[in-house]
Amino acid sequence: MKTDRLIEMLSTNLEPVERGQIGKVFAWALVAGGVAAFCVMLASVGLRADIGAHLGFLAIKLLFVLSLVGAGAAFLFRSIHPGQGAQKPFALVFVPFLAVGAAAAVVALLPGRSAPWGVLTFGTHWATCLYCIPLFAVIPFAALIWALRNGAPTNLARTGAIAGLVAGALGAAAYAFHCPDDSLPFVAVWYGASIALCAFIGAVLGPRLLRW
Amino acid sequence: MIAGLDGDAAAHKALLAKLSGHLRGYFKRHLARINRDPVEAEDLVQEVLIAVHAHRRTYDRSQLFTPWMYAIARYKFLDYLRRTKELRKDVPMEEAEEIIARDDHAAVESTIDLEKLMAGISPKARQAIRCMKLDGMSVAETAARCGMSESSVKVSVHRGLKALALLIGKESRP
Repeated sequence: MKTDRLIEMLSTNLEPVERGQIGKVFAWALVAGGVAAFCVMLASVGLRADIGAHLGFLAIKLLFVLSLVGAGAAFLFRSIHPGQGAQKPFALVFVPFLAVGAAAAVVALLPGRSAPWGVLTFGTHWATCLYCIPLFAVIPFAALIWALRNGAPTNLARTGAIAGLVAGALGAAAYAFHCPDDSLPFVAVWYGASIALCAFIGAVLGPRLLRW
Repeated sequence: MIAGLDGDAAAHKALLAKLSGHLRGYFKRHLARINRDPVEAEDLVQEVLIAVHAHRRTYDRSQLFTPWMYAIARYKFLDYLRRTKELRKDVPMEEAEEIIARDDHAAVESTIDLEKLMAGISPKARQAIRCMKLDGMSVAETAARCGMSESSVKVSVHRGLKALALLIGKESRP
């Protein structure tokens, strides 16, 4: 095929492009994914029975996971536009992990703790946490991948990993409404591990799903 | 670029033509540096032109054009090297090929066969692309000819071009 002919073909009947359209699609996918994760949580494990009495700790859990969603979404939004450096938002993703890890270490190791560190860390439902969060993350992940495919990410493994992380964090946000374990070490270890697992799966799937 | 985004076909065409020259130089230089045949450059040029066209909505108007363009060209180049690595290792370069490769004509013609590629996409998209992009019919005429709504014609053309771009990738795989 001649290059001139290709150029001719591509410029024939050129369609104008709507501004900011892929950003809107991305925002929609994020919101829809979060709502879907919440609905799956309601339909499967349901709300925590005594949720009204534990709103304070719920807020801490949500602060952790939603800050991950925020930093991850900022990275993803830049990565759908080729050529926009995304080093800073990528580095920001690690901040919530470090913050919650440090807070957890303080709570678990200080002399004034409420229970032995093992009890604080393992809580009662760590296994449920570990499989519920990735499960709740499936729909947000699919939605995000679909939105990212609209864009043109150039680092597929990293973009896939952050998509997995954001999906995992949305899954964790949904799970927080069920989670009966109120301790920072628990959140740091099990929420952190499930979200990291989602990020790992995303990194593996990214190059296959996002190629363009 | 911005005029092209707003639907100015002449501006878009001028942009793609100008880019093709820059890209050809860029790819030839880089292919030569890693001891690969510079004729491959034309495939890459066309692949990137299609990518620029199909992904033009990812260009943020408030940002510079060059980094965007460069990121796409670099991505396509790496992708191309990855998928052709095995292929090139096994195939010895023959003398006859050398002669054809040095033909001036090769500079503007790639090994991509449009007709062959078109056979690989959905019939709906194929028909829409043929009417609108090759025969130059308007959206309304294409819609009437294909029995589709105008918006589904636009969607078909857009998806079809993306599918073509992916098929080019598969074609040059071992």
